[in-house]
Formats: sequence, C-alpha cells, structure tokens
Amino acid sequence: MSEVGIESGQVEILAPKEVIYCGVCSFPPEYCEFGGSFKKCKEWLQKNNLELFEKLYSDEALAHATSSLSIEKEEKISADLQKKQKKEEAKQEREMAKVLSSKVLIKRIERTKRKHVIAVSGLEVFNVDMKKLAKTFASKFATGASVTKNAEKKEEIIIQGDVGDAVEKYLTGLLQEKGLTDIKVEQIDEKMKKKKAEPVKPE
Amino acid sequence: MFKKFTKEDIHSRSNIKSSVQRGLKSNLIQEYPGLEAVVDVIIPKKSQLVLHKCEDKIALYSIDDNVVIYQQQDEVLPFLKIVHKYPSCFQTVQVDRGAIKFVLSGANIMCPGLTSKGAKLPQENLPKGTIVIINAEGKENALAIGKLVMSTDEIKSINKGIGIELIHYLGDGLWNLSLD
Ligand SMILES: [Zn+2]
Repeated sequence: MSEVGIESGQVEILAPKEVIYCGVCSFPPEYCEFGGSFKKCKEWLQKNNLELFEKLYSDEALAHATSSLSIEKEEKISADLQKKQKKEEAKQEREMAKVLSSKVLIKRIERTKRKHVIAVSGLEVFNVDMKKLAKTFASKFATGASVTKNAEKKEEIIIQGDVGDAVEKYLTGLLQEKGLTDIKVEQIDEKMKKKKAEPVKPE
Repeated sequence: MFKKFTKEDIHSRSNIKSSVQRGLKSNLIQEYPGLEAVVDVIIPKKSQLVLHKCEDKIALYSIDDNVVIYQQQDEVLPFLKIVHKYPSCFQTVQVDRGAIKFVLSGANIMCPGLTSKGAKLPQENLPKGTIVIINAEGKENALAIGKLVMSTDEIKSINKGIGIELIHYLGDGLWNLSLD
C-alpha cells in the first residue's frame, strides 16, 4: 500500500511483477485450492514449477500457513472444498466415459433408386465447428454437405452421394490423429440392414 | 459485472483512433495516479487498442487479443493480469480467508469480511466509489477488483451489509474470455 510505483527521480520504470498462472485452472497457483481441479493443479505445479510447489505445499509451508480463522472454520472450508473437488472429478470422469463410449455413426439413406445421401452423427467428439467440418467434407468428396439437426436434436452432417466408405476412412484417420482410438466408427444402412459394424482397431 | 459474460456478449470489434487511445490513458492515470510511470508500458505508444463493444454498455480494450482495460459508463478499469503485474499502483484492501470462496463465486463483499482479524483496510480513509483491488489473507496476488459502496471509515464503523461491489474476479467471464 505505502509503496509508490516510481523510484527516486521519477525516471526508472517500475518492473512488472512476474506472476505464474496455473496451466490447469488459470489462477495464480495460490488460489488453486479454491478451484474444482486442485489435485490436477498440484500435479501440474510440481511438474512445471517445483520452487513454487514447495513454497505452497511442502510440510514446512503448510505448518507455517497462518490463518485468522478458528480451527472449526478452517475445517469447514477444507471439507467444503473437498466436496466440491470430488464433485468436479466425478463430473470429469462421467464426461470422459461419455466420450469414450460414444461412436460416430455413418448412415446411408436411399433417396431414389440410384441416389443416396450419407448422414454422419456423433461428431461432437471431434470438438470442432460442424459447419467447418461440413465444408471440409464437401471439398474432400467433391460434393455438397450441410449441417442439420436430427430427431434427437443432435447435429449431424448430410453429405450428398454414396460416399460412406470414403467418409469412414477419413474419420477413422482423423480419430487416430487425435489419439481417440477408442471411439468406434460404424456404417449402417437406413433400412437397418447392417452393412458394416467394425470397431476401429487401435494401432 | 462479468459473472455470466461470454463471447456472445461482444457485439462489435474496431480499432480506435490514437486520440481516443490517448484520452483513455489520461483517464486511467486520473483514476489510478500510480499508473503514470507505467501506462506507456501497459499501452505502448505505437500499439493499437482494439475496442470490443459489448452488452450492457461494457467496452473491452485489447492489444494483440489480450484484454488490457475495460469500461462501463465512464469508469476505466484494469484487467486482473495488469493488476497482478503492478499491484502497488492501486488502492488495496484485504479480505479474510473465509471470504475467498464467496468472492470467487462472484458475491459482493460484506463488511465483516473486511474488518475481521485476517482482513486489512488502509489506515487513511478511502471515499465511497473508489476502485480497489482485493487481496486475501495469506495470498500474494489480488483475486478481484471492486468498487467501495461506502467509505472505508464507514465499513469500519457500520460493519454491516455490502462494503464492496464486486466488478471483476478470478474465473469470471472476462478472466476466461479468449478473443482470438
Ligand atoms: Zn490451478
């Protein structure tokens, strides 16, 4: 408070304080304990800045940590935080399980005797903009592609033409590129006759 | 102010004129005299501030897609990372450890959280309306910025109700915003 931002003579410029930000939760690490990812934050700090890690979490540091709060109040805070962190971890696990159990569905729909379109759903796992992906499909397969919502109100991409195999090949490669080899790509015919149901083989 | 702020709240993006940029800098120095020595480091003379007009008459100003300052009505305020770099340039208060989780959830700060044993208010009185940065017991860096709803003398003597209106804090929509 009493410090003034100008050193003697008003010429020297105050050097900025270097603050480290947590690579997990983005807070200055001293506030990680109040976030939902404390365990991961600590692991990150230990790996990336051992000095600050020791300063915050070594036995000595913890023993010297002062707080004006009563022991009961301090215990209540840490119990609440632990609850919050458990909840957050459970949520992340659920989301992870959801991603891993999801699959990309390539549906071949007959429009006329000779014409087919391909509807691709389950593309959320790629975490990319659907419109951009549709554009990529369109140029890749030299055809038209658009984003629509299906009966379950989920976004899917409709591609003109009977290009199911090419789409499967492309998406399988993309999944491998992203390290998502647990995710299956399945092709089906709308008449519900299964054409192919091979899981992607992790390499 | 930024509790539920998202990218969707930004309406437009434009470069500002250098005369407007100079005006903003002088407003900044007026509000925070301590910044005079570093204002040309925070907003270099040759830089181009980009204005992002947002919902609720909020304006963000960025350099290279990093928010530097923002404005609602006439008040110019610093982004928290700027505060972290130059903490001594601002008026500071400290909340006790018990108040941290409330501040981080976006709550206004109650007087008792500013007057308890772990808290700190400056010796000299700060008038109502002063922009203060908010530190916390046992912590080095600020976790929020707010505006005094009553003078610090009143916070001490009344010691009831809201003392500081919270404006911007770690983890709010502005903190998490990515402009690129
Ligand atoms: Zn963290």
